Amino acid sequence: MRDNLIVSGSPHIHKKASISRIMWTVVLSTIPAGIAGVIIFGWDALWIILVATIAAVSTEWAFESITRHKVTILDGSAVITGILLAYNLPPGVPLWLPAVGAVFSIIVGKAVFGGLGQNIFNPALVGRVFLMASWPKYMTTFPKPFNYDAVTSATPLAMLKEGKIPGHIPYLDLFLGNRGGCIGEVCILALLIGAAILLIKGYITWHIPLTYIFTTALLTYIFGAKQLFQGDWLFHILSGGLILGAFFMATDYVATPLTPKGQVIFGIGCGLITAVIRLWGGYPEGVSYAILMMNAATPFIDRYTRNRIYGT
Amino acid sequence: MKALIKEFTKGIIRENPTFVLVLGLCPTLAVSVTVANGIGMGIAATFVLLGSSVIVSLVKDFIPGRIRIPCYIVIIATFVTIAEMSMKAYSPVLDRALGIYVPLIVVNCIVLGRAEAFACKNSMASSFFDGLGMGLGFTLALILISGIREFLGSGQLLGHTLIKGFEPIFVFGMPSGALLVIGLLLGFFNFLKNRKR
Repeated sequence: MRDNLIVSGSPHIHKKASISRIMWTVVLSTIPAGIAGVIIFGWDALWIILVATIAAVSTEWAFESITRHKVTILDGSAVITGILLAYNLPPGVPLWLPAVGAVFSIIVGKAVFGGLGQNIFNPALVGRVFLMASWPKYMTTFPKPFNYDAVTSATPLAMLKEGKIPGHIPYLDLFLGNRGGCIGEVCILALLIGAAILLIKGYITWHIPLTYIFTTALLTYIFGAKQLFQGDWLFHILSGGLILGAFFMATDYVATPLTPKGQVIFGIGCGLITAVIRLWGGYPEGVSYAILMMNAATPFIDRYTRNRIYGT
Repeated sequence: MKALIKEFTKGIIRENPTFVLVLGLCPTLAVSVTVANGIGMGIAATFVLLGSSVIVSLVKDFIPGRIRIPCYIVIIATFVTIAEMSMKAYSPVLDRALGIYVPLIVVNCIVLGRAEAFACKNSMASSFFDGLGMGLGFTLALILISGIREFLGSGQLLGHTLIKGFEPIFVFGMPSGALLVIGLLLGFFNFLKNRKR
């Protein structure tokens, strides 16, 4: 990111990266996780993803038309907000829930701040936290995987919070997504495929995801069990929304620090808050709150990690 | 007479205490959970505003400039005590719902602000209409905010369920909902104002 901003003498090479190109690549990279979610939880998951996406795009269109701004629905940023919001919802929610969440995401999360590039929080997470605070009943009911009737099961992290040690879930099941959870967060394999696309393309860097995951793993390893250094860190990485959050939401361009140093601080902060909420907090999962809190700290981090101006 | 009417109407929209002057946000955030609370708070504040504006404008020539704020506070506190005691006597339910926010009208910025910015410089009649208009503007703003919050947060309006099967959005009953509603309304009114220009 930083290297791209240094302007040297001519000749210059034109790079084809633009907002819409990056955004549509991100959309592409989320598709594997979506397919996995539909396979694991059935067609309901697909409808939720579609409703959230359509609601997000049409809200953006309506808001920009009414306020007479340039309509920017084709740049893909509203699509990605809708998709990420849907990935953060349990697969059994009624279909009006993703629609309301997407409207809230776009209007309160993005449009009121002045649209893409101005938002201080990740819009999809704003929508998720709003839904979580408003309809906790729907947001904490998780259907059982591969069981297309309305049978519910707790997520592994919720079981852990209630004191049941979910030792019987093999790591491979967690990795492939055979567990209760939100649509897009369960299949780690599919998420990693998408993340690999983004990393290879250079659209995200390793700084935030790696420091985020590493900090969470370290803290859950040290403090996760009754005795120090006995925690099941692999379980904590593979369960909950950590991978989805670390690669797709904590790397939001707008609401995260600009410099690598700032991004490392951001990642460590996210990991710290996530681990604290998971181990000692009231909620079983803290990824979305961690990222939102660090989003709020981003201007502060940016101020203290500013690059030295060349020549001073 | 025309000037007096102007003093009265400016508080309702053009200089609305909540949405234009952005004063008195503490009670606005705290009590706007239900419309009943909003109306109660609005009436109590209007009464205090009216009384204190009139008295301050009457005694303005006798108050030494240096200690004017303590004097205003004593005058305001007198009316707040009257309001609180009447509320306790005639509407104990409302008094319990509003709680500490009734005594806190003493330090409400609208009341103190109007005493300092208007009543101490103007005649009794114009202060009376200024206080009435400001109080009405505050009450209307509270009704608007608490109406939105009560409807979205509990699906009711003045205690009556409006739409069957509506799933209340809990967040609007919480403090975060108050901040959201006030912020969005402020933005909306600014948007309308800019568009008119």
